[in-house]
Amino acid sequence: MSQPTTRLDRVTGTVASIGYASGPLFILDGGDGAYAPSGDPAVETKRLRAALARSAAEIAELMAKSNDETAAILEFQIAMIEDDNLSDPAFAAITTGADAATAWTDALLAEVHGYEAAEDAYFAARSADLRDISNRVLRALSGATDRQPPPGAILHARDLTPTQFLSIDWKQGGGIALGAGSSASHVAMLARSRGVPMLVGTGPIAVATGDFVLLDAERGRLDILPDTEARHEFLKASTAHLHLVQAARSHLRDPAVTADGAPVEVLVNIAEPAEADTIDIATCDGIGLMRTEFLFRHGLPDEETQYAAYRRVIEWAAGKPVTIRTVDAGGDKPVPGYTVEETNPFLGLRGIRLSLSRPEIFRVQIRALLRASFTGNVKVMLPMISALSEYTAAMNLFREVSEELNAAGIPHDFPLIGIMVEVPAVAIHPEPFRDVAFFSIGSNDLAQYVMAAGRDNGAVAALNDVRHPAILSLIHHVANYGERYGIPVGLCGDAAGDPAAIPALIASGLRALSVSPAQLPLAKAAIARTRTTDSAE
Amino acid sequence: MLEAQVLITHETGLHARPSVKLTKLAKGFVARIELAVVEQGPWVDAKSIVKVMATRAPQGSTLFIRAEGDDAEAAVAALVDLVRRDFDEGAHVPAND
Repeated sequence: MSQPTTRLDRVTGTVASIGYASGPLFILDGGDGAYAPSGDPAVETKRLRAALARSAAEIAELMAKSNDETAAILEFQIAMIEDDNLSDPAFAAITTGADAATAWTDALLAEVHGYEAAEDAYFAARSADLRDISNRVLRALSGATDRQPPPGAILHARDLTPTQFLSIDWKQGGGIALGAGSSASHVAMLARSRGVPMLVGTGPIAVATGDFVLLDAERGRLDILPDTEARHEFLKASTAHLHLVQAARSHLRDPAVTADGAPVEVLVNIAEPAEADTIDIATCDGIGLMRTEFLFRHGLPDEETQYAAYRRVIEWAAGKPVTIRTVDAGGDKPVPGYTVEETNPFLGLRGIRLSLSRPEIFRVQIRALLRASFTGNVKVMLPMISALSEYTAAMNLFREVSEELNAAGIPHDFPLIGIMVEVPAVAIHPEPFRDVAFFSIGSNDLAQYVMAAGRDNGAVAALNDVRHPAILSLIHHVANYGERYGIPVGLCGDAAGDPAAIPALIASGLRALSVSPAQLPLAKAAIARTRTTDSAE
Repeated sequence: MLEAQVLITHETGLHARPSVKLTKLAKGFVARIELAVVEQGPWVDAKSIVKVMATRAPQGSTLFIRAEGDDAEAAVAALVDLVRRDFDEGAHVPAND
């Protein structure tokens, strides 16, 4: 930097996940420089061999830190990398003059296409592993590595993918400050559920890895190389926040009741079974949303893998309800061999639409769900329902699969099946759905569809507010409809756990909120402060 | 040359995990071991995961195994046994047998 900087640089951003963190900054972007060929086949051969060995070692390291399911996938990747049959075409191309990166890319592309063309969905899904292998070796070739931030670091990048977020160990603290990003993105949701402080939309920051920073994700500030005064103020604010959270925690086991005595069910949203382990079941009324997309992270999961995941959460819930949502994949959350590429994925083949278009894959999930239902208090929720015909088609599949299990003498049970209310059509006109077991309002998607403001687009993030009168009136409408016909109505979007939005949701008539685990204490405290007669604003 | 055949019962066929197990086991023998999904071939190296995965052998298909070398007999027996045991991951209880 040519300009002399003051000792205090303050950058502002939008709070995506509340909290405070201080520590060294870690810049995640960059490092993926282009490959510089040597022009000498002998050198290229040597480089490719080294890159292969390094890649295998990296994966082995990842494997040691993984659960069984992930380890099995990684073991497959190592076996592929170590198989000469994979790299032989690349080495052959190098001897005829190709550089290592080009030779490797071409060789792998041929394999990837072979898998993609497979009719069997399970084989087709492996193309993602091949791509992963291809990219890893390319990174190793161009000198970049999977640099891991030190424990407790504040991460800075333009944007972050959910996979990058999940590859970091957040148990040691730390935080996130993104140049772009949106508080409605999936990474932001993950950050909130893990209690990782996060800012988005800071714009480009002049910082270096290792700079000491203070992340205030309550007022939306990032202080770079702070002076004593700034540190002192940070300490005061973070301590006050901590006390607030601790006070809320001390009442965590109390049932949630509004200030004027109305009981409110408070459930939790989880994105994978391990998240349940961090929650004391006595502090909530069960699982309001168990996402199942994690099962599809490495392609299509088999029935036993799914069943085991559901069982784990059902056991944890000890008789309290576990609401499992059928897979909500789509162009924005691609699953190799399953989702289709689309120009406008949020308006495309996603959620129940995709499930119904691939009944052979949906049936596997249904079998696992029906079997799991036999073992506990399971409810099933269908995402992205927009027409009654979709609900009917899904119910028919559930019945068919149930008959099959009957015939085979496999223990199972038919769960309560409800729908997500996230498409405006259903919120405006819920009448066709009088027979569903429950409604769960997905406020994130409902808001983005009502406001025509994409969840992952920071530029329109301000529009995406559940407290907009248009959205609140729809919530009110659905809650009323449910009350009239005896259909339980809950809300499982991010707004459910936002203390600032809770009064408006209660005023809209909602008495069941499903929040992310980290939001539980402050959400219950906010409910206790709210009166049902408080105005929505 | 020793030959045997075995039915694949694994629900997703010879996919990633089963293939890893099979090639690992095959590598433990010095014999040259080959697989095919049709008796006439093409036969592929049972020690190469790339080749084994490329057979795309689905559930219900028959796997042909042949081996040549010192421990060929033990190799064929071990591979057949692995496939019969459903690669040790058949959590599925067979309903009919």
